[in-house]
Amino acid sequence: MPPVNLSPASRALARVRPVQRTRLARPVGALWRLRGYLKPYRLQLVVMLAAAIGAVLAEIAVPLLIKYVIDGAIAHGTKALLVPLGLAAVGLGAAVAVLNLTRRWIQANAVAQIEKSIRDDLYAHLQRLDVWFHDSWQSGQLLSRATTDLSSIRRFAGFGLIFLVVNVVTFVAVVALLIRLNWWMGLVTAAVFVPVLPVCVRFEKRYTVLSRRVQDQQGDLATQVEEAATGIRVLKALGRGSIAAARQAAQADQVYQTQVAKAALLGSFWALLDLIPNAVIGIVIVAGAVTVARHALTLGGLVAFITLALELVWPVEALGYIIASGQEAATAAQRIGEIFDARPAITDNLPERAVLRVRGRSEAQTVTPTKGHLEFDHVAFCYPDAAEPVLRDVVLDVAAGTTVVLTGATGSGKTTLLQLVPRLAEVSAGSVRLDGTDIRDLPLATLRAAVGCAFEDAMLFSASVRENVTFGAPDADDHAIEAALTAAQARFAYELPWGLDTRIGEQGMALSGGQRQRIALARAILARPDVLVLDDPLSALDVHTEQRVTTALHEILAGVTALVVAHRPSTVALADTVALLSGGVIAASGSHRDLLASSPQYAALMDPARIPFLPHSKEIA
Amino acid sequence: MSADTWRGVATEHAEEVSAELAALLRERSRRLLGDLLRPHRRAVTATGALIVVASLAALAGPWLVGVAIDAGLPPLLGSGDAAPLLGIAVAFAFAVAVQAVTTRMFVTMTGRVGQRVVLELRRRLFGHFLALDVAFHEDYTSGRVISRQTSDIEAISDLFEEGLDSLISAFLSLLLVGTGMLLLDWQLGLVVLAGFVPLTWLTAWFRRESARAYRRTREAIALVIVAFVETFGGIRAVQAFRREPRNSAVFSGLGEDYADASRHASRLIAVYGPSISLVGNVITGVVLGYGGLLVIDGDIKVGVLTSFLLYLQRFFDPLQDVSQFYNIFQAAASGLEKVSGVLEQDPAVPEPRTPQRLPRRAASSAGRRVRFESVSFGYRDSLVLPDLDLDIPAGQIVALVGQTGAGKTTIARLIGRFYDPRSGRVTLDGADLRQLPDDVLRAEVTVITQENYVFGGSGETVADNIRLGRPGASAAEVEAAAAMIGAHDFIAALPQGYQTPVGKRGGRLSAGQRQLISFARAFLAAPSVLVLDEATSLLDIPTEQAVQRALGTVLAGRTAVIIAHRLSTVAIADRVLVLDRGRITEDGAPSHLLAGAGEYAALHSSWAASLH
Repeated sequence: MPPVNLSPASRALARVRPVQRTRLARPVGALWRLRGYLKPYRLQLVVMLAAAIGAVLAEIAVPLLIKYVIDGAIAHGTKALLVPLGLAAVGLGAAVAVLNLTRRWIQANAVAQIEKSIRDDLYAHLQRLDVWFHDSWQSGQLLSRATTDLSSIRRFAGFGLIFLVVNVVTFVAVVALLIRLNWWMGLVTAAVFVPVLPVCVRFEKRYTVLSRRVQDQQGDLATQVEEAATGIRVLKALGRGSIAAARQAAQADQVYQTQVAKAALLGSFWALLDLIPNAVIGIVIVAGAVTVARHALTLGGLVAFITLALELVWPVEALGYIIASGQEAATAAQRIGEIFDARPAITDNLPERAVLRVRGRSEAQTVTPTKGHLEFDHVAFCYPDAAEPVLRDVVLDVAAGTTVVLTGATGSGKTTLLQLVPRLAEVSAGSVRLDGTDIRDLPLATLRAAVGCAFEDAMLFSASVRENVTFGAPDADDHAIEAALTAAQARFAYELPWGLDTRIGEQGMALSGGQRQRIALARAILARPDVLVLDDPLSALDVHTEQRVTTALHEILAGVTALVVAHRPSTVALADTVALLSGGVIAASGSHRDLLASSPQYAALMDPARIPFLPHSKEIA
Repeated sequence: MSADTWRGVATEHAEEVSAELAALLRERSRRLLGDLLRPHRRAVTATGALIVVASLAALAGPWLVGVAIDAGLPPLLGSGDAAPLLGIAVAFAFAVAVQAVTTRMFVTMTGRVGQRVVLELRRRLFGHFLALDVAFHEDYTSGRVISRQTSDIEAISDLFEEGLDSLISAFLSLLLVGTGMLLLDWQLGLVVLAGFVPLTWLTAWFRRESARAYRRTREAIALVIVAFVETFGGIRAVQAFRREPRNSAVFSGLGEDYADASRHASRLIAVYGPSISLVGNVITGVVLGYGGLLVIDGDIKVGVLTSFLLYLQRFFDPLQDVSQFYNIFQAAASGLEKVSGVLEQDPAVPEPRTPQRLPRRAASSAGRRVRFESVSFGYRDSLVLPDLDLDIPAGQIVALVGQTGAGKTTIARLIGRFYDPRSGRVTLDGADLRQLPDDVLRAEVTVITQENYVFGGSGETVADNIRLGRPGASAAEVEAAAAMIGAHDFIAALPQGYQTPVGKRGGRLSAGQRQLISFARAFLAAPSVLVLDEATSLLDIPTEQAVQRALGTVLAGRTAVIIAHRLSTVAIADRVLVLDRGRITEDGAPSHLLAGAGEYAALHSSWAASLH
């Protein structure tokens, strides 16, 4: 098989293993799927693990030194032994510090990179998912997966994973030493720690449920906050802040309830985790004293035993934390897995080789003058959750180089029809053809390079004007940018404080609706598409600007195939043909003048004489 | 184009703060925290007592082990008398039980109090953002409004959830264990306390560095979040323009910055944590050697040495926790700083101190009189309305016409009291808008803009959105309002009719449909003054005609101000005002102005020409 150059998104799919069906719902399985991301750091993980185990071994050697101090130096009064023993303890301590430093130093890089690669893949995958997916997901939910959930995974990958192993090793090593000191006390100590395990497991299950609930509730709360922030003017205009506030308070209260339940659970768990090791020490001190009295254990042995037994406390406590964070990470992985499992509904339908073939052909076509012939062949479209189709049987032919203006009543499906062209939505039946090829048989990249869009909502991003305008043509030079801005009557951009470098969008300069529309128009023009798809591109412009833009558009649209949605007779002037969309079909098409005469429905929509306000119209009304 | 210029330039809000300002910010945060905790004084005191008891109980363990060795073991060894040892064992068991119970109570209680505070903070902040004026929101941007209420609050919540109790118990046990060791044996105690010299230095270094590293991390992640949110908010444009590869490159660059920043922050901890333990381990070695010497010389007993060694094991651990939780603490502190800043921001359009009542409406009219008296207004440096006098009698329908930037929208916003005038006053039936309580004003004046925002993020339906106009309205009233403007048909055709969820930001509705819902909302509200700012620009002609017919009915007797770039919208006006740079240049009945040769007549003819 020839090597295939995978896109970032398909690389993500290669790294995130498909779930086995039986494991689908299991959080741990979800975490296991992400193991591919650890692969590049295998060696580093091994070094980290070795350093961690080395540090633990050095640490548990200290109690043995204590035993020698008490039983050797103190019992026999030999002061000379104290210095080497003290130095040995210092040396072991230094080794612990150095090993821990090494581990954490490596870990700092590995976890940051792992988090980054998962996030990059998630982002790339989300970019491939279709518009319908994004419409049906709350943005807060997506964001919390890319931030909160990823942090949980990072914490677990950096700390939990290693210490899961290290703590088990510590436990075994310490218990082995305890048994060597006194076999039955060692066994009793180990036995007392056994009940910790079921406690941890029970806790783990309940904690998972609660932490997932908190995450979901915070996500919902974030969505409310986001809507209130963006819709603030409406809330203010209607004075409905109190309603929004009541809703937000109710949602925040739910978060509160869950958090309190979580805290109560944590409280019990921590208390238990404190209780168990302390109970062990209690037992050891009594049993140890008896054993010492029977001369089965030295005094130094007893002190060493107690200090060693205390070395079990941290691994056990940490085990609780690790399990909790592991659970959180597993839940997070499950939520991230949900996204990776979502398949884009709109993709390149062709095997790799066929894509190349088609691409070759379409490049050949770029030299032919007849490009951009757009046909709608009995197209139907129905939203996934709707009973009735929006488009039933649309038949429309847009000859190469011509402009068709699409009109229709509010809600007749004009915007939906436009979205079919760049395959932002997919036909339910029938087909859309570009230069004779079903657009589903074209590679998406080819299709979308051939189609340029300006949407009803300008969709500007928090970036420079230049970046926003060159959105579909990253390599455009200053001349081309200027030409596009000029054509779209958007030269105002040069007057902004930092010219084209001025940041616009949410995080930058606020522009008026008309200004935003003109930038979006410039963006569509600059992409130099074969087919321009414009959704009511002039709705927010004032009369003068609209006239100027219309004149400019006339020139731009000459030689380009264009499908333009318009509400206004003034925009209809651009059309070679006008098509009326009604009842899910093209009810009529022809020239503006013909349609006015032949289609009463069209006349109702577009007859200037019926437009309100003309002085006589008031009398008529 | 280089990889990092894409963001463009904007006036950033200063992130670097002077020491003086930092102190001020801390003071502000403390004030807010004190204010939030005040209602929970008792609970706070109780948790304080609990943690002291829990720490003392935890402290008792190692001490009792020492006592057992020094005082419990000898009688057992000498005369087989187990009573002292058993007594100590009972005391130990008691201490353990007390520790368990108080720990549990402490964690649960701090959790509850902390989350109460978070809840209160969430409510306050949300309410305050609603109270703040539109100008504030435009300047502050919705992105910041959102992050104040999500990431910042969550940072504070994290502190209560996993940081604060650990932090408090860490400091407390440091204090208590230190004291306990000095009391047990001052010589060995001093050896241990000597360790504080390097510790203090290390901690000061860490605090300084980590504060800087932390800020860098937050800034980097903020950019990652903005890029993420905007990409998927504008996914249509992203996909249509094949932006995916470049977006991925940009996003990866931002992610790299964040990874760098967080790696640096983690490495600070990587140095700090082991350094602390190094100090602790060296001291343990010294205590072992020096303590052994003291025991041999008979200055202290073996049990005391044992207690010391046991204390040392947990003495330095809390400092490790401090390094772990320092970031949580930092995050919460900076979150609190920002949140307190917002909460201390006074709304530029405040509620009146002494609210005035609106006179009873004249029986003859459903409208009210709106007057601008020598009103001047501007945004930042620019003056939009130099000195406006305007009298709109009750029941009159006025159309505002003029170029972009002439001040039409500003007038609309002043009537809706989105802003207050710089000088002069706007009155409603003689009452200064500034003297009217918000609920009174909003019941009387409704502004509809082109913005037509529809709420759908929490599953709101079409009916929910219309009902925003009058919250108590029945289903029949909602439908009647929709029917009146001709929105009933399209709503009824939706999958679940009026109960159809509109989707995030009304995603499943067209702009025109959202606009109709805004109208239905306003009709349901039935205000005495209706302001339409470009409200019909997104409608098609039949729909607009339907809306205007409906307006004819709805506006009967009411006062209305209508703004439109397109003259079609002003069809039902009694009076037209032509504005130019904030001044009224023409004023009269439409037919009268049309007959003249002024700006309006010119505008009109160019508009009429555009139709053909």
